[in-house]
Amino acid sequence: MRFLIPAALLVVLLVFLGIGLTRDPREVPSPLVGKPAPAFDLALLGEPQRYTQDDLKGRPVLVNFWASWCAGCRVEHPLLVKLAGEGVEIIGMDYKDTDEAARQWLQRHGNPYRRVVLDAQGTAGLDWGVYGVPETFVLDANGTIVYKQIGPMTEQAWTEKIRPLLQGQKS
Amino acid sequence: MSPRHWALALLLALPVLAAAQPQAEEPPLTVQATLDAGQQERYRRLIHELRCLVCQNQTIADSNAPLAQDLRSQVERQIAEGRSDDDIRHYMTARYGDFVLYKPPVQRNTVFLWAGPFLLLLGALAIALRQLLRRRNAAAITPAAPDPQALQKLLDEDRP
Repeated sequence: MRFLIPAALLVVLLVFLGIGLTRDPREVPSPLVGKPAPAFDLALLGEPQRYTQDDLKGRPVLVNFWASWCAGCRVEHPLLVKLAGEGVEIIGMDYKDTDEAARQWLQRHGNPYRRVVLDAQGTAGLDWGVYGVPETFVLDANGTIVYKQIGPMTEQAWTEKIRPLLQGQKS
Repeated sequence: MSPRHWALALLLALPVLAAAQPQAEEPPLTVQATLDAGQQERYRRLIHELRCLVCQNQTIADSNAPLAQDLRSQVERQIAEGRSDDDIRHYMTARYGDFVLYKPPVQRNTVFLWAGPFLLLLGALAIALRQLLRRRNAAAITPAAPDPQALQKLLDEDRP
């Protein structure tokens, strides 16, 4: 009886610590989920017109912040190429990069992007709350952010979280 | 003093010497030194209360990660544009969430965070009070005076 209270407190503490272990401290929940895509007006790679948040509306899209200097982007790249091949529309946001480096990188590794938006100064990245590439936002047809993938896209995130969200969109 | 004593004295003084080291230099202003003294003071205060999200446990003042540099120049630019501290905090939380603030706001999901320590203190005080009262009650119980007849009886029983 004497040890019951400390033992109960210990169990509670262990449960909290256990939950803490299962969480990735790098994943900061985005306050932008459920909000419209932040505004931007930027140049495109290899195309004369500009691109804004309004161009993201009308169909579900993935907005993928990447850069040619980013190692994690190499990791997720084959999956993005595969998804693009399956008809998923991915818009690339080339974060703090140069046109030339981006072009070469896409030539070497394949281009999964319908459009490549040049965010050379990282201003769009700042407004979208990006704190490390790669990050991928899932937008519904209204241009609302419905999910944010922090770090490289994975098969698991795609099949368990993102694809169900997009399928819910189309029906 | 022998060399050994000197070495010991130096060893003991090390923590003091380390504490006396000047703090890491303030990150320089990046945009332009157009802030007046009051604005620079606000700048310093704000960059010490915003978290660098890629480095987790550093403020944007302590870190030289590119993101921290970007956020510092945002703070600086917005102060120069005449925005208030609350405007700037709101700008940061709208993009990065409350996690970017080292001092979390008091709201529904942080009530326990703020009230928790006080609740624990109250609980500890309650337990301590109960223990004290119990001890005082125990001391208040004086052993009853022995009954001489019962004592005699016990002694008699013991006699063979």
